[in-house]
Amino acid sequence: MSDDLYQQAIVDLARSADGAGRLEAPDGTAQGDSPLCGDRVRMDVKLDGGRILALAYDVKGCLLCRAAAAAIGRHAAGLDAAQLAAVRSEVAALLAGTEAEQPWPELGNFLPVRAHRNRHGCVLLPFDTLVAALDSAQRA
Amino acid sequence: MSFTAAKWRGHFPLLAAHRDLHYLDNAATGQLCEAALDAVTSHELLHRANVLRGTYRLAEQADAAYENARRQVAAYLNAASADEVVFTAGTTASINLVAHAFGEGLNAGDEVVLSLAEHHSNFVPWQMLRERRGVLLRILPLTADGRIDLSRLAETLTPRCRLVAVTHASNVTGAVTDLAAIVAVARAVGARVLVDGAQAVQHGPVDVAALGADFYAFSGHKAYGPTGVGVLWGRGEALAALPPFLGGGGMIGRVTVEETTYAPPPRRFEAGTPPIAQAVGLGAALDWLRVQPWADMHAHTARLAQRLIDGIAVLPGLTFLGPRDLKQRLPIVSFNLEGIHPHDACQVLDGHGVAVRGGHHCAQPLMDFFGVQGAVRASLAPYNDEADIDALLAGLKDAMRKLG
Repeated sequence: MSDDLYQQAIVDLARSADGAGRLEAPDGTAQGDSPLCGDRVRMDVKLDGGRILALAYDVKGCLLCRAAAAAIGRHAAGLDAAQLAAVRSEVAALLAGTEAEQPWPELGNFLPVRAHRNRHGCVLLPFDTLVAALDSAQRA
Repeated sequence: MSFTAAKWRGHFPLLAAHRDLHYLDNAATGQLCEAALDAVTSHELLHRANVLRGTYRLAEQADAAYENARRQVAAYLNAASADEVVFTAGTTASINLVAHAFGEGLNAGDEVVLSLAEHHSNFVPWQMLRERRGVLLRILPLTADGRIDLSRLAETLTPRCRLVAVTHASNVTGAVTDLAAIVAVARAVGARVLVDGAQAVQHGPVDVAALGADFYAFSGHKAYGPTGVGVLWGRGEALAALPPFLGGGGMIGRVTVEETTYAPPPRRFEAGTPPIAQAVGLGAALDWLRVQPWADMHAHTARLAQRLIDGIAVLPGLTFLGPRDLKQRLPIVSFNLEGIHPHDACQVLDGHGVAVRGGHHCAQPLMDFFGVQGAVRASLAPYNDEADIDALLAGLKDAMRKLG
């Protein structure tokens, strides 16, 4: 049932828009586009010793994409590239239905997305964009 | 022949199997009509063989079925000859065929004119041609409601224009292109005209002779036929002037170690084994469509489109894409509701048994023009009825309650 996707918790998470905005003078920036729906995510990061010191994002996308970005906004500070890659893998595994840890409590809200394969990209787009932003900061 | 939506719906097996489905994504894919299904099944069961190769009876039967399909398509298009009908994999393949074959004859500085309303399949092949041949792309602008701005024709089609490639009807707004005006200006500057008919053929027989264009492209699956097959119609002399696109079996006159001569159209453009059963199915679909009571069917879908437009007009935060005048448009209705992403709206609608499409509809330049990322699109067919529209409207209200 499609409606399962839009439980109050995930609607509230998206509406919180925690961490939304832009950083002044970020160390790295990346833009991610969804070829399926045209959604666009921009991520700014500042690093401190290889770890995310601060991040901000701008999402022009669906509720699932905005909710994933808000989860990132709440929890991604302090992660290094390897830890971020691990979180991204765990989110992908959660969506794929394989056993995985849920590193952040909000990610449980995305369990109903499992049944909607075409929406997995909506959830992953902010994570992939943050990975790219971190990469760009480290290469700068 | 009297028309009712219920009777028409009875010709579509999938809809009989999904009685609770409100299928409003016909601009993406129409459902398969039983005429096409029966023709494909019968062909595969009784006449399956490769075409244009064998001398045994089964192969000759396959040849006859395939060439009969060509005649059925020609009849639907009012083409001068079945030899003007090239079977392809779909609209995209048809346009790419022209972009390559016609594009071979273009040089740096030659101009190709598109409109801002084109589907990516009528944008990207020309951008790729620009990269290969250095041609200049000129873009016909749109009026505020998304119609091609005909007042800009004369300045856009210069004497360097070699080809105009435009949609017959927008897959987003449903706006119908005034092809006569475009063809007249194109003729005046000596340019060919290619029409993307992907959204038009399913709304009634097309008269390519009257349109005056040189090429007409469309897909089988949007015209209640099988997937994997499409058509490039080309005026006889226009096709004859083109070199082949793909090389291989079936498209040759004679092959020696030194050189190859090519078959005349349409075989010149059908390298390899074509989509035989799919072509047979498409021919059957168009043969059936050709004799439907289109005046009644147009009146029916226009009534439904008006019901939908009136229904969404009262919703708060509505953005409507396209002309509101039903005389200028097909029953394709795209819109947004403030604060609700099209994908989220479509997902909630799915919970109501309503199948509509949300997203950029492979028309991102048009989305940029409207200043939106995407839209919800309901695209109607004659088998739709008032219950489909009402289910959509009820689902939208639910989406607004949940997400707005």
